[in-house]
Amino acid sequence: MDTLLSSEGDSQRTQYPYVTGTSIIGIKYKDGILMAADMGGSYGSTIRYKSVERLKQVGKHSLIGASGEISDFQEIQKYLDELILHDNMWDDGNSLGPKEVHNYLTRVMYNRRNKFDPLWNSLVIGGVKNGQKYLGSVSMIGVHFEDDHIATGFGNHLARPILREEWREDLSFEEGVKLLEKCMRNLLYRDRSAVNKLQIAKITEEGLTVSQPYSLKTFWNFAAFQNPTVGAEGSW
Amino acid sequence: MTKEHANWSPYDNNGGTCVAIAGADYCVIAADTRMSTGYSILTRDYSKISKLADKSFMASSGFQADVKALQKVLSSRHLIYQHQHNKQMSCPAMAQLLSNTLYYKRFFPYYAFNVLGGLDSEGKGCVFTYDAVGSYERVGYSAQGSGATLITPFLDNQLKSPSPLLLPAKDAVTPLSEAEAVDLVKTCFSSATERDIYTGDSVEIIILNANGVRRETEQLRKD
Repeated sequence: MDTLLSSEGDSQRTQYPYVTGTSIIGIKYKDGILMAADMGGSYGSTIRYKSVERLKQVGKHSLIGASGEISDFQEIQKYLDELILHDNMWDDGNSLGPKEVHNYLTRVMYNRRNKFDPLWNSLVIGGVKNGQKYLGSVSMIGVHFEDDHIATGFGNHLARPILREEWREDLSFEEGVKLLEKCMRNLLYRDRSAVNKLQIAKITEEGLTVSQPYSLKTFWNFAAFQNPTVGAEGSW
Repeated sequence: MTKEHANWSPYDNNGGTCVAIAGADYCVIAADTRMSTGYSILTRDYSKISKLADKSFMASSGFQADVKALQKVLSSRHLIYQHQHNKQMSCPAMAQLLSNTLYYKRFFPYYAFNVLGGLDSEGKGCVFTYDAVGSYERVGYSAQGSGATLITPFLDNQLKSPSPLLLPAKDAVTPLSEAEAVDLVKTCFSSATERDIYTGDSVEIIILNANGVRRETEQLRKD
């Protein structure tokens, strides 16, 4: 009965994630927000699930994308459903916009971090309300910010540099999608937990559409892939 | 039976540098706008300065989520103060509140490194500098954050700060003009940007004086 030293009291605290989603990429474009995510759910190094929807609508004006622990994202969806329900029940003509949803989620994530029981996710919230476009991010410890382009996980390292070079204020829908696909293709080549089945969601003042899942064309005949050790003899 | 150790940390350092300089009838508060994590830049355009009251501005670097929570706690406490006293909090009063708020979480600290700048009730510039658990002191100027070690010796030299051992204690409030102080701050940041990887992108400068508040932005190196 070594309860003083054992950690049975900690059995309810999150220690590691189990089933995880990889990067989310979001950008502002001319009419609103575009967000991309693949449909993979990894169980460690196994790609266990290949039809996980990681982009979801929140109320009338917002879109959320999640990377990290999938079960924690499902929990977050429950919190958001309740939030939106109560917002609707006021029946006062007002509705929560992306800024409000972002703030709410920041508070939820930070408070869980304070209790040493985090929701193991990095979230991207985007949307348009009253003509104002909004795109923000929250991490599992409550670090949050907004910007014209956001990426989580590996996307921060592989996609953000591309977006910093090529993003513009007045991207058309087609240009935006091409830019996202360029980033997702890059992730496919270099992120081992990426799967070639993705969805792109678009949110504008008019509403939200999530595309049907599709795959990207990849090219594996780059010289660097054919002879990967040509610049570094002895490596593999 | 060994206790399991968490493989995540509740803290992160999002970097950045903050500076404040007090003048005879003005106060300059400045902070860079870069937000980082590890070796990545999260965003180049994030404000670390918060207006706590008409005559009190706080610049904070460190763990951004804690900084934001601290700003919110102080804002809401100020609102309550205004309801109860029908006036704005003075800068020295806000300074004490910040100290108490930080010490309140002495055993799970706000990882925030703060400088509070403003005008005291005589209209003189005042700067208060803090550590993460609330120990504070009124000074003539201060720097906190990742570039503080690069900036502080430079300010000591340029502002010819009097020795703290002198008796009677000599005031470190600078005789420099407002324009000279703002220029000095810009120099501080462009120098710190050269050598500190967490400082850069741009610097946001708030100038507080009898006429009100002014805001300036200066671009910094983005590498």
